[in-house]
Amino acid sequence: MSRLVERQRQRHARRLRPAGFDEFGLRTAMADRILPFLVAAMSFLALLALSGAVGAANLAREWRHGAGSALTVQVPHAQAADAQAARASAVLAALRDTPAIAEANLLSDDQLGDLLAPWLGTGVERLSLPLPSVIEARLRDGRDLPPDLAGKLDSIAPGTLVENHGPWLARLTALARSLQALAALALLVVAAVAVAVVAVATRAGLVARRAAVEIIHGLGATDGYIAGRFATRAMRLAGWGGVFGALAGVPLLFELAHLAAPFARGGEGTSAPSALIGTLPALPVLAGAIGWATAQVTVRRWLRRLR
Amino acid sequence: MIEFENVALRYGPAGASAGSREVLRDLTLIVPQGSFRWLLGPSGAGKTTLMRLLGLSLRPTQGRLRVLGSDVSSASRGTLAALRRRIGVVYQDFRLLGHLSVYDNVALPLRIAGRPEGQIRADVLEMLRWVGLSGRSDARPNALSGGEQQRTAIARAVIARPTLLIADEPTGNLDETQAERLMALFKEMNRLGTTVIVATHNDAMVARHPAPALRLVDGRIHERRSAS
Repeated sequence: MSRLVERQRQRHARRLRPAGFDEFGLRTAMADRILPFLVAAMSFLALLALSGAVGAANLAREWRHGAGSALTVQVPHAQAADAQAARASAVLAALRDTPAIAEANLLSDDQLGDLLAPWLGTGVERLSLPLPSVIEARLRDGRDLPPDLAGKLDSIAPGTLVENHGPWLARLTALARSLQALAALALLVVAAVAVAVVAVATRAGLVARRAAVEIIHGLGATDGYIAGRFATRAMRLAGWGGVFGALAGVPLLFELAHLAAPFARGGEGTSAPSALIGTLPALPVLAGAIGWATAQVTVRRWLRRLR
Repeated sequence: MIEFENVALRYGPAGASAGSREVLRDLTLIVPQGSFRWLLGPSGAGKTTLMRLLGLSLRPTQGRLRVLGSDVSSASRGTLAALRRRIGVVYQDFRLLGHLSVYDNVALPLRIAGRPEGQIRADVLEMLRWVGLSGRSDARPNALSGGEQQRTAIARAVIARPTLLIADEPTGNLDETQAERLMALFKEMNRLGTTVIVATHNDAMVARHPAPALRLVDGRIHERRSAS
């Protein structure tokens, strides 16, 4: 109960303390240049790592969604036009009857023309080439390609080819996951370095203001009071560092968005950086929280040497 | 009440007698609450160390010390902080904060104690008026004379109306009139219930204000009544 009253009294004291009252002289002991600059650099690096993590995750998701469940089925050209249409329809029907297939569509001549335009130019139909019918199909989420599907389709229309995009996509997904793990590791290292930087700055402040700390401790200030003053200062400096680091990262994010766009679905998508831009305000908050917590721990441990 | 029971204090590595120096030994005495004591003795007898024990800056290396009802050896850090807020200390070297004004130095114990700023302002201005520093409230300690610094230190020690007041040579930089004024303040606080312990070499002052004295000789204490 008395501890509760004491805490309330300390909170009350903090509210009443005049703005700018700096009994420890921390405005000079924990200067407002080096620490924000270092934390800004850490925040910028964190943003880079985060960009890597989010970008890799988004690309993996795009690929999974776009190609991961896709199959391309080619039904070879038959001599008679009617026979070709019948073979394609039979294969399409067989695909649609397969439980693992969510969707299957026969590409129209125009769609096929668009697909071949980069190689054969426009007006493919005028070349009278024996083009196969092409069916695009999508597997249901979490379902694998039935092993007997290719044989089944070949028996319906001999020469039918089933191209599954799954294997190469699995490799790309593994690569994306590795990149994410590396980015998470980099984030951890950056956070550890930020903690070390704040701890060193706090200890330097304690050494510079040792006499003041001893006097104020002798006047009856609790560990919480003293640690709170250092932590508030460290939180402000680290928070400003986070703001500067985040601002410095904005142009980088847009550049990354531009570079990543061709790999994203729709070509012009900027989904990865949009997610990151949402995390920008969190950087100063996180930096401030790291500053506050690190200073609290550092000061409380240092105060143990005083009675 | 202050209670020493076989208290000893040794500077140096804990638990090692070699390489350490015993400054206080065999201290057993009781100072009742609301009493006044002079602390006398030659330089090097251990007066300042005894003051630091009473101000809770040091812990006895042996024996038991109770200050204001709490055993300082076993008290928690929170309890010790609360005890320190009830103890006013006038240090021989003043120990003012150089980056704060006289006003902020004197206000510091009240701010640490969480008093409302309006009350702090009234109390500090009244105290500064009393010690004759009204016109110097915005000055930094390094712009003050020795006597002004000492009066600032005294104002800071008494501003929170402590239960125990300990003063190490508080009149060393004061003229006779200011010293007498200070003694009047200490005696008034003592009359209102504060335990006051004053370490001094000023025999004339002790003679003018007779009170029981603790005489430290070679780290041991002898309680006696000072000459009237």
